[in-house]
Amino acid sequence: MSDLSKAGKIIAKELIVDHAGVRVVKLTISAPEISRKAGAGQFVVVMPSEKGERIPLTIVKADSFAQTIILIFQEVGLTTKTLGALNAGDTLYALVGPLGHATKIKNYGKVILVGGGVGIAEIYPVATSLKQAGNNITAVIGAKTKELLILEKELRDTADKIYLMTDDGSLGQKGFTTDVLEDLLKKDKYDLVYAVGPIPMMKKVSQISQSFNIKTIVSLNALMVDATGMCGCCRVTVAGKVKFSCVDGPEFEAGQVDWEELEKRNSIYLEKEKHICKLKF
Amino acid sequence: MTKEPIKAKELSADKRISGFDEVVLGYSEKEALAESLRCLQCKNPTCISGCPVNINIKEFIFQVAKKDYAGAYFTIRKTNNFPSICGRVCPAEYQCRKACVLNKSKLAYCSSEAINIHFLERFVGDYGMRNNLQAPVEKDAQSSEAKVAVVGSGPAGLCCAGELARKGAAVVVFEGLQSCGGVLRYGIPNFRLPREILDYEINYLAKLGVEFKTNVLVGKTVSLDELFQQGFSRIFLGLGAGVPLFLGIKGENLCNVYSANEFLTRINLMSAYKFPEYHTPVNIGRHALVVGGGNTAMDAARCALRLQKINGIKPDVKIIYRRTVTEMPARRLEIKHAEEEGIKFKFLVQPKEFQADDKGFVRQLNCLNCELKEADASGRRKPVALEGSDFSIPCDLTIIAIGLEANQVLTSATPELKTDKYKDIVINPATMETSIKHVFAGGDIVGGEGTVIEAMGMAKKAAISILQNS
Repeated sequence: MSDLSKAGKIIAKELIVDHAGVRVVKLTISAPEISRKAGAGQFVVVMPSEKGERIPLTIVKADSFAQTIILIFQEVGLTTKTLGALNAGDTLYALVGPLGHATKIKNYGKVILVGGGVGIAEIYPVATSLKQAGNNITAVIGAKTKELLILEKELRDTADKIYLMTDDGSLGQKGFTTDVLEDLLKKDKYDLVYAVGPIPMMKKVSQISQSFNIKTIVSLNALMVDATGMCGCCRVTVAGKVKFSCVDGPEFEAGQVDWEELEKRNSIYLEKEKHICKLKF
Repeated sequence: MTKEPIKAKELSADKRISGFDEVVLGYSEKEALAESLRCLQCKNPTCISGCPVNINIKEFIFQVAKKDYAGAYFTIRKTNNFPSICGRVCPAEYQCRKACVLNKSKLAYCSSEAINIHFLERFVGDYGMRNNLQAPVEKDAQSSEAKVAVVGSGPAGLCCAGELARKGAAVVVFEGLQSCGGVLRYGIPNFRLPREILDYEINYLAKLGVEFKTNVLVGKTVSLDELFQQGFSRIFLGLGAGVPLFLGIKGENLCNVYSANEFLTRINLMSAYKFPEYHTPVNIGRHALVVGGGNTAMDAARCALRLQKINGIKPDVKIIYRRTVTEMPARRLEIKHAEEEGIKFKFLVQPKEFQADDKGFVRQLNCLNCELKEADASGRRKPVALEGSDFSIPCDLTIIAIGLEANQVLTSATPELKTDKYKDIVINPATMETSIKHVFAGGDIVGGEGTVIEAMGMAKKAAISILQNS
């Protein structure tokens, strides 16, 4: 376990989006144990500083040879801003993982992966693993505008087909990822849909794919504290039952998720966040 | 010699609720001496058998009476590594004090005449802490061979680590959170157990040679097999019972309906009461409602009340409980403190359904009245809801504190580890060994929810058997 002493050191930092006040940061972090264990779809909990929150972030890439993991996140609250202000050479206050269940990887056949915003970073490891398992991959990724569309090259290299969507039409087609999804499902038969993005997007994906009766997996971004099954903050109703998305998830069947409840629960701290974001960082 | 029990000084209620400072101030030397002299030094001291770790209570109180405080400290340390913690959080009125011969009541808890053993223990523990007393390591050839991984740094894990380290075994404690202490840190508020006390007791173990590795979730970051491969010869599992139970009623996932674990973790572990200096938020509410009757319910209610007060809101916190005050499992002292601080109790109330506003935030709890029938399996009279007795309580924050069950992160990752129908780990009660050879367990993951000292009792038993077994 001597390796643990190295955990949490930032090896490299890259600002992959810096546009109109939106900053998306990519960190390569030394994490020997986690890098050996992490499966696609799993996450870590990070505390950038002693005063920061515990925040869950999906492991975008795990390199067991280099003993590193890659995290990609958008700066939204004070804690992600604190994290984004760290640099190569700095060490995280805390890093624990890999958490949650890994994605079930097998040869499903034809798979559509839908990623919205920073959710694109979360479909990337799943796309890579599913590709390796012999699946035919269609990636549908979308963002508000072209500067915010991340991992285009990486997903282009992984997927058999890729569709780029921007709300303003500045790159790819103008419109939403869900528009393409609906077209694709109308035209052809697919075996699995996997989607990560803002809740309204995942909810819409769920509605569309249900109408085509196709198995659809989503990775939920419920609020968490300990993320080890202890606090119950991340509870979400799935098929009428209460689940903890940290230990029972983070992936669930899209059609079984109570989206309204998740959306409301994720807004619990909006007032506090407004307050804290006004503070000088 | 006085016959009247010596009360420990306390911060006045109005001062307490403005912050998170410790409520009970403890005994002065003079008070400790006076209380120790009330002890009859019974020929057959029943108090000792009332203690789950069998502290030689008679002896340490005798030493206090002789002003041999260091001697008293080492007497306690022989069987309990954490006198300053236990002296603060042990439900003494159900344990040692209930077994005291001066106890007069036939209640489930002791009467005030019983010796204040816990306050004396705290006095002695704090004396040792202030004077940096360190119990010697009693190394022997056999135990020094053992290299033990302790999983979980709550009461059971810390106790087991302490027992092993005192015998010279090499011990590494693995903790999933960023700091050690388990429920002592995330569950018990500062006003009952100051962080400095907890930190001191953990550092005490570090001085004994115990190594602590935080941010390691055994079962996820590393498996039991891998721990053996890394050279550990024995493993102790002190995982606790960390998963909050919910009521299973409609509206339980509404915004601002918290589990006590979440509410207390935000406050105690993440310092949400210092938001925004600390970044973790917690909502406060103008009308807070806590469901439950244990220590956790008291802690949650008293934290909620303090948050309201600190934020300039007129405190309004209610605790609802299905039975009556007599059946409440909380420490009597905490119930008294909660009452003094202005928390209102509503007894014989069963929650039925939460109702929300249009944004999904809780606004009221619909309830039923109960009456108590004959005793149930728990030995307490069973509450039965009265049909048609519906009423509602307005609230904008609710905390559910009705109990916990086993966390399955490790057990589900380790199928060879046998569990029972409650998902608790099955052990051989004689040795505390699990279904996996050389893996031992103790504390709430074995017995279900219990007290700090009960967890320690099991951990000690496991430590003895680990040493004999090495």
